[in-house]
Amino acid sequence: MLSRIAESLYWIGRYVERAEDTARILDVHLHRMVADPWVDEEIACRSLLAVMGVGGADGPVTSARVVGLLGLDEQNPSSVVGALAAARENARGARETVSSEMWECLNTTWHGLPDARRRVEQQGVHAFFRWVRERCSVMAGLTDATMSRDEGWHFLVLGRSVERVDMTARLLSTHVRAGGSIPSWLTLLRSCGAWETFLRTYRGSLDDRYAAEFLLLDRLFPRSVFAALSRAEACLSELEPDPGRAGVATDVQRIVGRARTGLEFRGADELMTDLGGVLSSLERTCSQINDAVSRRYFRQTSAVSWVPEAVA
Amino acid sequence: MADLFEDYRLGPGWDEMFVDPGLPRETYEALHATLQPLSSAELGVRADVLARAFLDQGITFALKGVERPFPLDIVPRIIAAEQWRTVEAGVAQRVRALEAFLADIYGAGQVLADGVVPRRIVVTSAHFHREAAGINPTNGVRIQVAGVDLIRDEQGTFRVLEDNVRVPSGVSYVMENRRAMAHVLPEVFAATRILPVESYPAQLLRALRAAAPNGVGDPTVVVLTPGVHNSAYFEHALLAREMGVELVEGRDLVCMGNEVAMRTTAGEKRVDVIYRRIDDEFLDPVHFRADSMLGVAGLLNAARAGRVTIANAVGNGVADDKLLYTYVPDLIRYYLGEEAILPNVETYRLEDPDALAYVLDRLDQLVLKPVDGSGGAGIVIGSQATDAQLAELRDRVRHDPRGWIAQREVALSMVPTLIGNRLRARHVDLRPFAVNDGDRVWVLPGGLTRVALPEGALVVNSSQGGGSKDTWVLAGTASAATPVDDPPVLAAIPEPVEPVSVPAPRSPDPGPGLGPSIAQQQQQQQSARSVGGEQTRC
Repeated sequence: MLSRIAESLYWIGRYVERAEDTARILDVHLHRMVADPWVDEEIACRSLLAVMGVGGADGPVTSARVVGLLGLDEQNPSSVVGALAAARENARGARETVSSEMWECLNTTWHGLPDARRRVEQQGVHAFFRWVRERCSVMAGLTDATMSRDEGWHFLVLGRSVERVDMTARLLSTHVRAGGSIPSWLTLLRSCGAWETFLRTYRGSLDDRYAAEFLLLDRLFPRSVFAALSRAEACLSELEPDPGRAGVATDVQRIVGRARTGLEFRGADELMTDLGGVLSSLERTCSQINDAVSRRYFRQTSAVSWVPEAVA
Repeated sequence: MADLFEDYRLGPGWDEMFVDPGLPRETYEALHATLQPLSSAELGVRADVLARAFLDQGITFALKGVERPFPLDIVPRIIAAEQWRTVEAGVAQRVRALEAFLADIYGAGQVLADGVVPRRIVVTSAHFHREAAGINPTNGVRIQVAGVDLIRDEQGTFRVLEDNVRVPSGVSYVMENRRAMAHVLPEVFAATRILPVESYPAQLLRALRAAAPNGVGDPTVVVLTPGVHNSAYFEHALLAREMGVELVEGRDLVCMGNEVAMRTTAGEKRVDVIYRRIDDEFLDPVHFRADSMLGVAGLLNAARAGRVTIANAVGNGVADDKLLYTYVPDLIRYYLGEEAILPNVETYRLEDPDALAYVLDRLDQLVLKPVDGSGGAGIVIGSQATDAQLAELRDRVRHDPRGWIAQREVALSMVPTLIGNRLRARHVDLRPFAVNDGDRVWVLPGGLTRVALPEGALVVNSSQGGGSKDTWVLAGTASAATPVDDPPVLAAIPEPVEPVSVPAPRSPDPGPGLGPSIAQQQQQQQSARSVGGEQTRC
């Protein structure tokens, strides 16, 4: 597979996941502003922007401003709208590789963005976020149903998994920074679509430890950090079919494996006492994975430099 | 009952559907009968569905960097079986003659020595590339794909407007139009037997594989695109997808030691045949524009060394030169010993002082075209130009007669077209596509019908409000529908059939104001922009 196409598929995976997760995070945030009477909106908003890596906002920061920056800013590929546009642009450059249905889904979504903005004005942001989640789910479903499980698939799922680790860590960070009250755990689990599974798993015992444990370590819930890291590991081993005699073949496998075992074998108690540290270390890990994947697969060949000579 | 065609008026030019108002031609009877009972509102709804499907599927062309859907009119254009056989034979004949001509001028140059075509016309053509001399295609084919633009004149005769043997585009719309129409007007399809068009990618792939360098058993074929900002990017992606080959950009390829390879996740993989959709000038910075970021350094040397095949071949543009076009009937006589099946539009060669003087006197009645233009750039329709424009044109033509041809303004044939919610007569042209695999020239049944949407407009360019129509070739009777094998292409330069004297200058004659070809690609320099490398946070 062409390196450029592999890179595009990886980024389609990342951007679609990013759009969905950002919509979920914003949804949690707005819900908390309404549900928690003691929250300081300014501080909560600044904290969210910091967690999402959008720094340096001048002047007063309101929830509306946060929605503008993280939800609707077309120029920023980390915003919901920006990520959907970037996913579509990547798919356009890889159109002979993604299935027609996947392409049509991303393209139709992209065409629907102006309408979505109108929807925000008329029906409020929740309607918009809901639409985003639905579109991303359609994309995930079509990817699942129409894409051959070849190299391209592994790159796409790898991108999705890396983004999911990153975003789930950020989601937990927003919570830790906000002091982690019980009602907000509830909102947070709900926004991940994890509430009901969580209840069934822990039979209604809602406390900090279980909630964090669930989102970090649950083996069965697909949005947990552990599940996403395991998925990424599986993709990487498919991409490197020759396991070799000892250890793993690539840097990126080492990084992912270390992160996964770090969670798995440190134990929930130890993780909880240093949750903030664990989460920021996960974010750094994602950045390292990204670099290592790029080096390994997307810049396969040495660059050929060509210096045109001036013709007299 | 409301009649959809009630207030349809015949326009100037041959009406493809009607002999007289309300009286459809035989070929259109079934279509007419199906459409007539529909109300304009019903037709409008289906047209909206059609437009929406194109938008969602991203069936677009890019104009000045903005993607636009390519409007598809809901009323198809129909060609009868026997008419099509003439077109098919005529197009294939031109391709065979032009193949022989290109092989000749990049080889021995016999046609020049015999004076059939003046040497200066060839060597002064902007697209004659000496760099291509001596590159001999393995299977003798330089024109894997040709798009021959046709019009029907006032008498309904198909005439050739120009040949495109560089990088003709538009075939993707032929395939997509058919798919979309089958969804929207299934009842018409049920009533009509139409030759299918979906085998084009398979035919193209066969021709590309047949052109592979000697000794390559299972050639790797790629489509080379300038990138997503190119106007025809949609088509490049579609052809790659439907042939099941990689769509590459210049930056995906590397040329070392006369071998071309593409960069894959598993290292470099050799490439044998490149169906390029990039103009010559941008193809190889070693030989052409040194600032091109679209091509691959060293590509032409690899082709010369016989390690890679470039399709269509470099230097084909000399056959697209509009002054050379006037000699094509002579070339057909010279190389094939046949008369041209499809007549040209009569054209003035301005190098002849008498013709020049005649034309300069009548600029306001003629159509002037730059000889090396594509996409309709620079065409002036005299009757629609202002005095100031004509004065400027006069200066330019007088200064550079080699750079222009003049043709009579032809009223192109017309087909009913949905404008607003009514059917109106609008001018159309036709671009059939031919694929040459070295054994046979295959012509895709139908081709791209482009329609000029503004009333009276003769320019079918989409940038000037043009759209397209699904083009149906009727299957005819069962025996007639069997494809007729074309004679094999001449692989080597043939002996001239008979000495042919240089023909007299053209008589002053017709020429259509048909101009800009929508999909002809506008090459644009673009930086190799990475779509993925967004690094704001990671």
